Amino acid sequence: MHDIDEKTRKAQEAKEKKAAYGRDIDLDTYCVEGECLEPLAGLDQLTQEDRSIMLKAGVDATEQDRSGSYIQKDTSAIYATSLMDGLEILPIKEALKHDWINEYYWKLADVGQDKYTARAYTDLHNGYVIRSLPGARVTFPVQACLYLHQDALSQNVHNIIIASEDSELHVITGCVSGSHVIKGLHVGVSEFFVKKNAKLSFTMIHHWAQGMLVRPRSVGVVEEGGLFLNNYVSMKPVKSLQMYPATRLIGKGAVARFYSLLVGHPGSELDVGGRILLNAPETRAEIIARAISNGGTVISRGHLAGDIPGIKAHLECRGLILNGGDILAIPELHGKAEGVDMSHEAAVGKINQDEILYLMSRGLSEDEATATIVRGFMSVDIPGLPPDLKNQIDAAVAQTNQEVM
Amino acid sequence: MLRIEGLQVRLGDREILKGVDLEIREGEVHILFGPNGSGKTSLLMTLMGYPQYRVTAGKIVFKGIDITHMPVHERAGLGMGMSYQRPPTIHGLKTRDMVSICAGNRDQDVESLASQVNMGDFLDRDLNAGFSGGEIKRSELLQLMAQNPELLLFDEPESGVDMENIALIGNAIADLLERNSTGLSGSCRKKAHPGRRKMGLIITHTGYILNYVPADRGQVLFDGVIACRGNPQEIFQTISRSGYQECIECMT
Repeated sequence: MHDIDEKTRKAQEAKEKKAAYGRDIDLDTYCVEGECLEPLAGLDQLTQEDRSIMLKAGVDATEQDRSGSYIQKDTSAIYATSLMDGLEILPIKEALKHDWINEYYWKLADVGQDKYTARAYTDLHNGYVIRSLPGARVTFPVQACLYLHQDALSQNVHNIIIASEDSELHVITGCVSGSHVIKGLHVGVSEFFVKKNAKLSFTMIHHWAQGMLVRPRSVGVVEEGGLFLNNYVSMKPVKSLQMYPATRLIGKGAVARFYSLLVGHPGSELDVGGRILLNAPETRAEIIARAISNGGTVISRGHLAGDIPGIKAHLECRGLILNGGDILAIPELHGKAEGVDMSHEAAVGKINQDEILYLMSRGLSEDEATATIVRGFMSVDIPGLPPDLKNQIDAAVAQTNQEVM
Repeated sequence: MLRIEGLQVRLGDREILKGVDLEIREGEVHILFGPNGSGKTSLLMTLMGYPQYRVTAGKIVFKGIDITHMPVHERAGLGMGMSYQRPPTIHGLKTRDMVSICAGNRDQDVESLASQVNMGDFLDRDLNAGFSGGEIKRSELLQLMAQNPELLLFDEPESGVDMENIALIGNAIADLLERNSTGLSGSCRKKAHPGRRKMGLIITHTGYILNYVPADRGQVLFDGVIACRGNPQEIFQTISRSGYQECIECMT
């Protein structure tokens, strides 16, 4: 009880608290009331329109090569089903009826961080809890869709992912908005727990409407021998997106890798960071970002901090400016002990004309050559990702590429 | 046929070519000699259409078409191709995909082409990323094999190649230029191959390439003009013996 009072107090205090980064948002202009939707018996009950919108963010209503699905439309969890033993998928409001969730709920993220975390606590709609049980190998990805359909809604979500000891779990989350949504706000708190010798890959694909404001708040922890791959793709126009996911490596040999692919279109502001704290021996971290500004603003932040000799961490940000626009790369390394091995490289520029001419001399037109180079720029090899999931990310990138570039 | 008339070219504010005349007829292979900085690479880049090489006078005619101001990809489409000395690295583009780009809509077996120049293991690597000097040359040849141009421009195709691979590269170039049988002199070979159409212009410093590719003519470029023309073997021997001085005197 004391704990709940404490969170309520923090949420009250942070109600008006501006975030450290990103433009400030007047939360009162977005409605928190959504229509209460009935759960679906199966994904075949989705409308054709909803199916095709979800597919754009990698969520396949046929559930082929999926281990399970969670679908949330506006404020309602309409589907949560696991297709595998050793895998649990449930709406967080269901999970909160059980005691075990208290070990995880708001244990990493801070209710009082800013007005968005406060709102996710006070006006929680739903969200998913996905857990692989000890030793389970969930090789096909679990798909989750956070679908904003109602115009001017503030969708407030809290997600928890737990990869238990010695388990393997892959999650692909597609965040999309309906075709008629003009404006909206998505607030999403996510907490990731990668336990001893577990492997978790989390891939988030954003496919929002042009007028959307998006404020994800993610925190993760990786125990001994654990691996956490965190991939993020945002290539569609969005009004303002700000996030700075953080992960702590607390057990010996834990590894985290963050990859992000960002495109900033005219009128879009993307402020995307990644922070990994290496707090245990033999831990390793890598943050890799590829950003294209196609006339919009992209801020790519990265922060690595290590306080144990022998840790290894690398940060890489490459930015490409295509049609004017603005890219700010802020790589930060913080070594707090002798014997840390930390490096970064950041490069921002335009496409090398020599590369275009080289491809043209092999027969491509200037536009084809440019598209080929951009495609290559956005194609990052992610070690440790199952080929099937890699193909899905590639397909999502290719489709968005085709649509918007 | 390629015909270059009175070609003057500037790079930035420097005049690099000062009136070059050159003609390569169908089926002919020419060697381009010249000291460092004489304008050899600039001539090839100008022929391929690189816009930073600004043509200020003269013209380039290929297959009867004035291509002096034609964009690079249209020249490629017309049948010109180039093997670069230092091509750029393209991250995220697999060598395999570049070979397919070169093949265009021609049906080419990428694997079998790659095995001919020992590039099989490189197909799934990013193009030119971390390639050694010799690997770059083999990658360039592989691309030209898929592209199959009629006029081939080679910028020092054997530089940085180890002795073991020289024969491989030499023979691959001879194949590309339809000169794969050995033992005949240039002119006799032409009579023996009336159907031969491929044209070549090769920059070489070492001259090794002459052991594999019988060439019809040699040209010496010096300070932006063609200073000497003649039998490529004789020119090479002269240069090897007494440097470029004799060639220049030949001009005056």
